Amino acid sequence: MAYSFPEEVLEHVFSFIHTDKDRNAISLVCKSWYEVERWSRRRIFIGNCYAVSPGIVIRRFPELRSVALKGKPHFADFNLVPDGWGGNVYPWIAAMAMAYPMLEELRLKRMVVTDESLELISRSFKNFKVLVLSSCEGFSTDGLAAIAANCSGRFSEESRISSFDLLSFATFFLSNQTKRYNRFELKPACEVDIGSPISLIPDFAHHWCPSTFPAWPPRCPSLRTLRLNRAVPLDRLPNLLRRAPQLVELGTGAYSAEHRPEVFSSLAGAFSNCKELKSLSGFWDVVPDYLPAVYPACSGITSLNLSYATIQSPDLIKLVTQCQNLQRLWVLDYIEDSGLDALAASCKDLQELRVFPSEPYDMEGNVALTEQGLVSVSEGCPKLHSVLYFCRQMTNAALVSIAKNRPNMTRFRLCIIEPRTRDYQTLEPLDVGFGAIVEHCKELHRLSLSGLLTDRVFEYIGTHAKKLEMLSVAFAGDGDLGLHHVLSGCKSLRKLEIRDCPFGDKALLANAAKLETMRSLWMSSCSVSFGACKLLGQKMPRLNVEVMDERGRPDSRPESCSVEKLYIYRSVAGPRSDMPRFVWTMKTPS
Amino acid sequence: MSPQLPKPSPESSSAGLYFNDTELTLGLPGATKSGTKRGFSDTVGLNLRGPCNTDHASNPSENDVSGDSKPPPAKTQIVGWPPVKASRKNVAKISKYVKVAVDGAPYLRKVDLEMYGSYQQLLGSLEDMFSCFPIRNYLNERKLMDPVKGSDYMPTYEDRDGDWMLVGDVPWKMFVESCKRLRLMKSIEAIGLAPRESQKCTSTSGSKSL
Repeated sequence: MAYSFPEEVLEHVFSFIHTDKDRNAISLVCKSWYEVERWSRRRIFIGNCYAVSPGIVIRRFPELRSVALKGKPHFADFNLVPDGWGGNVYPWIAAMAMAYPMLEELRLKRMVVTDESLELISRSFKNFKVLVLSSCEGFSTDGLAAIAANCSGRFSEESRISSFDLLSFATFFLSNQTKRYNRFELKPACEVDIGSPISLIPDFAHHWCPSTFPAWPPRCPSLRTLRLNRAVPLDRLPNLLRRAPQLVELGTGAYSAEHRPEVFSSLAGAFSNCKELKSLSGFWDVVPDYLPAVYPACSGITSLNLSYATIQSPDLIKLVTQCQNLQRLWVLDYIEDSGLDALAASCKDLQELRVFPSEPYDMEGNVALTEQGLVSVSEGCPKLHSVLYFCRQMTNAALVSIAKNRPNMTRFRLCIIEPRTRDYQTLEPLDVGFGAIVEHCKELHRLSLSGLLTDRVFEYIGTHAKKLEMLSVAFAGDGDLGLHHVLSGCKSLRKLEIRDCPFGDKALLANAAKLETMRSLWMSSCSVSFGACKLLGQKMPRLNVEVMDERGRPDSRPESCSVEKLYIYRSVAGPRSDMPRFVWTMKTPS
Repeated sequence: MSPQLPKPSPESSSAGLYFNDTELTLGLPGATKSGTKRGFSDTVGLNLRGPCNTDHASNPSENDVSGDSKPPPAKTQIVGWPPVKASRKNVAKISKYVKVAVDGAPYLRKVDLEMYGSYQQLLGSLEDMFSCFPIRNYLNERKLMDPVKGSDYMPTYEDRDGDWMLVGDVPWKMFVESCKRLRLMKSIEAIGLAPRESQKCTSTSGSKSL
């Protein structure tokens, strides 16, 4: 006898299930569960905007309130994807404007967002609350002004921001904006966060006119996040902090000024008043004399982004060792091994460390930062599980130590700046070191490789990295066997990005079915032939096989010629229709 | 794997995707591979192939520790490597601070020209700084006015040759390079410098000029 709950009961039960994975799972149980689930889904994440079409999403999920979309492949961050590739959000906005008038949240990453799209958003969604544009491009302050104007005053009650305050800010911004500037291009990698509670848009700060609006920001008891533009000078910071002492996240503007005691004490006083401060960033053009002003707030700080702070190790050490509760640190390699030793000794709660190169194009190296710094932190910080580390030398022994110290590692991205660098002590490849990482760190879900690597490392990865979801490879491997190990062994693999490796047709064609279980595969400057791409495209209808070649049509060259760039992704929407002139899809016309 | 890859051909494709090719083995590497690198030399500026050309990476037991992996000192920059986002590339920022004087103001200010991308942005910032001194934004075509005996100020600058020039004639980047100091001059004094109206339309903010 088949029992079934009434739909209302199922719906109520499903309301406790939030993660995409779980929701996807329950929708597979049976048809009635599928139906109840799809009507009750409110939030969706689409990792590749071309994997599905707006129409398909809307047909399946008629009541969405929150949509997240990602566009370009990750390597677009490093200029490997030419302009005009795609990822325009407009078709999505146009479709959702009709289908989801109650849409509240939109989160976009690596997409092209025009002012037209922003204006459409601002007109179409009466309940719109959250807009996050991360690494997007194509918009100007005109578009953001439309958002500010039309979406103001509608934030939810619990934010406790009176509509008067917000309206006056938005109006101020608009009227001054149109009076003085025709168009102002925001920097491409700008992050904009308009939500409830309010965050502030970095570049708008640039255009404040103190004489007409001296009371900015309005008294916003709910202002939680404030990130200033680099152009906002340091002497304005104390005043801003005094108006928003409940700030949780602060991004300073330029942290430099001539040393004046009254500015210093004003700043220190303002910081000591900010009892809720948990996150600090900004710190452009830092003058070390002013850093101690931050010390009163340090004991509460859990996230510190000093990746633009060009200060030397001693000053960094003084600051970082004040932050006993630090969980996340982003810093330049000026911190050096000595600074990382101090970090390891003081910050026992550290979970994430990112060390960026101060001089990425200088092959000689300008700082005393070596593999030893990372080993120290891995020893001293038991909760460390996420690492991004740029350095110039490495040894297998160091990697083995790190692996044994931190079996809880989940994200490990190592970039040895010089491609194909050997273990500098033994002169061997770094296969064994990375092998230890994947063997000991059983929960590893993201890995980036560098240094000299043979097919052996891929064998280790294929054998051990069973939870690996994203792998980035550059200048590594000997041949197809390496790629075959990864594609056949890494059960959880979703994203694979490869550049400048001698991987050719065989592994790709032999593992074609695997590609349908992944979100995407990127291969550039490898040895995949045009013929193989065509074959793959023909045989795998649910894969979009896109060849990118700025040298011209791939069929104007022999089929055995390697393609420049290859982007393969699974899709239920078929080949896309917005490809630029340098992208070809390998689909036979049906 | 043998040194030669079988070329994909219509005949082999009809045999299906799943090659039974014994060349792809799952045995330990190093047994039969020659491991020649392919497809690199024209994409990467580094030349790792030394005269002996034994692939040092393929078999650890035959690992030759010759120095042929040391790249030559001068090399071409590889696109997208190291993988740093554009916003992180120029961390140690070049700044160009120049003095700004306004006729009638009791003290001078300084601005960092590298902070701006166009004349519009610079003038906007100067307006903020000297908010009681309305700066004539003659670059904005819609505001075209006759030079009047009002209280407006014209933005001028001293260039490397020591000459006082009207702001806005040259492309933005050229201006940043050549500007030594700025002076907001009372319009009355600047009448002689103002461009003729017919030429006005071709003057554009530097970074956007073609």
